[in-house]
Amino acid sequence: MTNKSPQKRVLALSSAGGHFVQLCRLFPAFDSCLLSVASTNPSLAAEATLTATKAGIAPPTFYTIAEVNRWQWWRIPSAILGLLLVLLRVRPDVIVTTGAGPGFLALRLGKLLGARTVWLDSIANADELSLSGQKAGRFVDLWLTQWPDLATKDGPAYKGAVL
Amino acid sequence: MIFLTIGTHEPFDRLIKAFDEWYVSTGRDDDVVAQVTDRATYHPKGFDTVPSLAPEPYKQTCERASVIVSHAGMGSIITAMSYGKPIVILPRRGHLNETRNDHQFSTAKKFANRSGVFVAMSEDDLGATLDSALTETGATGTQNGSISPFANPSLITALRDFIQFS
Repeated sequence: MTNKSPQKRVLALSSAGGHFVQLCRLFPAFDSCLLSVASTNPSLAAEATLTATKAGIAPPTFYTIAEVNRWQWWRIPSAILGLLLVLLRVRPDVIVTTGAGPGFLALRLGKLLGARTVWLDSIANADELSLSGQKAGRFVDLWLTQWPDLATKDGPAYKGAVL
Repeated sequence: MIFLTIGTHEPFDRLIKAFDEWYVSTGRDDDVVAQVTDRATYHPKGFDTVPSLAPEPYKQTCERASVIVSHAGMGSIITAMSYGKPIVILPRRGHLNETRNDHQFSTAKKFANRSGVFVAMSEDDLGATLDSALTETGATGTQNGSISPFANPSLITALRDFIQFS
């Protein structure tokens, strides 16, 4: 009960669809933070606000980012630029993603800018980690799988699932 | 009402065709809302389709549905579970180029034992799976208990601690 630690700036981001559905299920973890949310479909801003309200936290600022994957590599440079602009505006202390491509790039860039990073591999990957998830493991600060069977000593940890 | 969705803009003709054949041959009179990409090559005989649904109408359709029929994508599965709706899933397969890898096959196997989730591993099983889903949940779609809207507490705590000590 001494000095309250300053509010952490958190950026939670993912691709639209199942990745975003999973991301929203993490919102109660951000209840003492200043939350920003980013995804690849602008109409998910309303969903982010709704989920935040349900979790008892202030409506987050929403940013739209480009969808990107390794098969459409020519889109990567402009996606990086867009993500950099978001990162420079939010200045997150912590970045959390459930994937996929844009989340991976954001963690990479965020790491360079001094943020702490969390990769939560999608619950869809029950037999092996996603390719981005495997790559992210090399540099993220918290590397999580949602399946106990996939957790290893030097690999991702299991702390629970979105379901 | 039956909500049929392929989840993304990637075609999934195998699901649409198997569902259409079941729907026509059983002579069911349920309304069908079908989200099927414009890029599909199979055109169903029994019902109309819409190419996509925005997040809000998508949720409303899930809420109105008595059963959801879908690919084995987590968005569809979690949404169905959170509304307490039975869901019938057919996994997209990697070797058929329906996805880039076979993660939906793993998902389908792992979720097969969850209450309210009915899995057809191939299109040949879809009709029988639909029949048992409708019998088990009642033709009007008896709701399962819906799940918590948020991740399990241990995961929330792990993330919260990580953030506080960052």
